Amino acid sequence: MIGLSDYLLVGAILFAISVAGIVINRKNVITLLMCIELMLLSININFIAFSRYLNDIQGQVFVFFILTVAAAEAAIGLAILVALFRNRATIDVEELDQLKG
Amino acid sequence: MSFEQIVFYGFSFMLIFSALMVILVKNSVKAALFLVLCFFASSALWLLLEAEFLAITLMLVYVGAVMVLFLFVVMMLDINYSALRQGYTKVLPIALMVALGFLLLLQWLVGNEHFGLNIIAEPQKHPADYSNVRELGRVLYTDYFYPFELAAVILLVAIIAAISLTFRGKRGRKSQDIDKQVEANKQNRLKVVKVEPVVSPKISDGEKA
Repeated sequence: MIGLSDYLLVGAILFAISVAGIVINRKNVITLLMCIELMLLSININFIAFSRYLNDIQGQVFVFFILTVAAAEAAIGLAILVALFRNRATIDVEELDQLKG
Repeated sequence: MSFEQIVFYGFSFMLIFSALMVILVKNSVKAALFLVLCFFASSALWLLLEAEFLAITLMLVYVGAVMVLFLFVVMMLDINYSALRQGYTKVLPIALMVALGFLLLLQWLVGNEHFGLNIIAEPQKHPADYSNVRELGRVLYTDYFYPFELAAVILLVAIIAAISLTFRGKRGRKSQDIDKQVEANKQNRLKVVKVEPVVSPKISDGEKA
């Protein structure tokens, strides 16, 4: 028997891993974007687990919208990344300090 | 151990292992490929939770589109990965502490005593003729119709933003230039041409007949 807490724990572990990933890879923008995708995935796992165990389809509707927004975010993020690399020839976050006043 | 438990634990370990590899490998191409494995494993978990439509959507949209886009970008950019990994060991203990803190807090929140099987029992399996797609579509096109249209607008905005951010061609717009319009005078707009009349030769009577 698999309880709801098992699924929630998988989501929690995934979220903790992606938080650690953001701290570790704080120079590489591509890996940062991937960690954000992982975070959204862990939230989606929670939504679907609750939707199943509370027998309510609305959780899946929310996952649908999160998937939409995450796809839009990935497309725009990668476009910004490409424009950034053309201008600066680097994706190191610490070198992107032109707005620093 | 039942079959469901084997599937659940197998794919959960696969998911967590590949998530660890995503954040730990040096090469971004390998990280993207491990992220694909992550999506695959969680799609299997969603199938176990009877969310068939979303599981297939995750495979099609994420693995088929978003991750291919990631791989394109990663392979297109010529990045010196070793320079990006400097200071890696310095932040590793901080990262471990942050992750462990998060994990302990979340484990305390979502643990067995709050969401265990004795609190929320395992739901009944749906019958064989139950359609997840029909059920989801019924809610999506009635209660959530307005958010659904907003999602379409968000995707349109994302398309326009992505194209305009990476567009490199000529950015000529057909806009008004007021100075040019004011400077214009009659001479460079209107030209009177005197056209001489052309007299055609008379057609003879023989040809007429």
